[in-house]
Amino acid sequence: MKAPRRKPEPVQVIKQRRDATLRALVEGVPYIQYLGMQFERKGDELTGVLPFDQKLIGNPMLPAIHGGVTAAFLEVTAIITLSWTYLWEDVESGAIDTATLEAGGLPRLPKTIDISTDYLRSGLPRDAYARARINRSGRRYASVHVEAWQDNRTRLFAQATGHFLMPQRRD
Amino acid sequence: MATKTDIARQFIEAIPHSKALGMRLTDMGEGEAMIEMPYDEKLVGDPETGVIHGGAVSALMDTCCGAAVMSHPGNPGGTATIDLRIDYMRAATPGQAITARATCYHVTRTVAFVRATATDEDAENPVAAATGAFTVEGTR
Repeated sequence: MKAPRRKPEPVQVIKQRRDATLRALVEGVPYIQYLGMQFERKGDELTGVLPFDQKLIGNPMLPAIHGGVTAAFLEVTAIITLSWTYLWEDVESGAIDTATLEAGGLPRLPKTIDISTDYLRSGLPRDAYARARINRSGRRYASVHVEAWQDNRTRLFAQATGHFLMPQRRD
Repeated sequence: MATKTDIARQFIEAIPHSKALGMRLTDMGEGEAMIEMPYDEKLVGDPETGVIHGGAVSALMDTCCGAAVMSHPGNPGGTATIDLRIDYMRAATPGQAITARATCYHVTRTVAFVRATATDEDAENPVAAATGAFTVEGTR
């Protein structure tokens, strides 16, 4: 006889767990807060958002976003997406402890080994968006590609490829 | 009369983001630049250890590489980053300033090639290394 299928959890329960995890990842890091970065979530898909701010300017004459800010934006998007994917299973199964997360108990994050940023156009004084694609994620290493755009999704202003060292599971 | 280096120094210290991060140009000339960034809690990437986020090191490296390009005699005007690769060798020690040193080692009519290292107080063991290509702008 077939075992009875588990009843799907109510949508607000699963959403609460997903959002609490994402919030802990993003709000727990001072530098992400300093840049003013946010993340939008649709199911498991994340979009990094960098609202424009005067302190992000690198060239006051143009004006344009600082190349270092662009690099940081892409790197943060890669790390958060990688962490999110790594935690996803535990979020879905309910194995993740949201109470600890909400109390500021940040899960361990991947570490950047290297990142190479391509500057395709100057970053305008506008909000910027970024999405990361994990091309390979093994037990120890991951390779991630990130794309960033402003007004048009198809006109990228920067892209990056980075390699990351994955946190080792504590068990 | 203000030299090109003086102008470049003023220019770099007027960059809003570099100013926000407390960057100070400590040395510059002939394709070389040195910029210091003090430790600040707002730049922390790992709240458990207090280690500075890699992104802040990227901003420092990018500024320092740009300064090296601007100080090169073969570059008459401004510059923009074409690409920049950063290798993170170790975590910077919390509480210590980070110093970047960049060398613009080759310039063509259109492109400048740069490499840089970043160190904390342990100057023998770099925190990060960078290599990049920058545009050469201005009339000639």
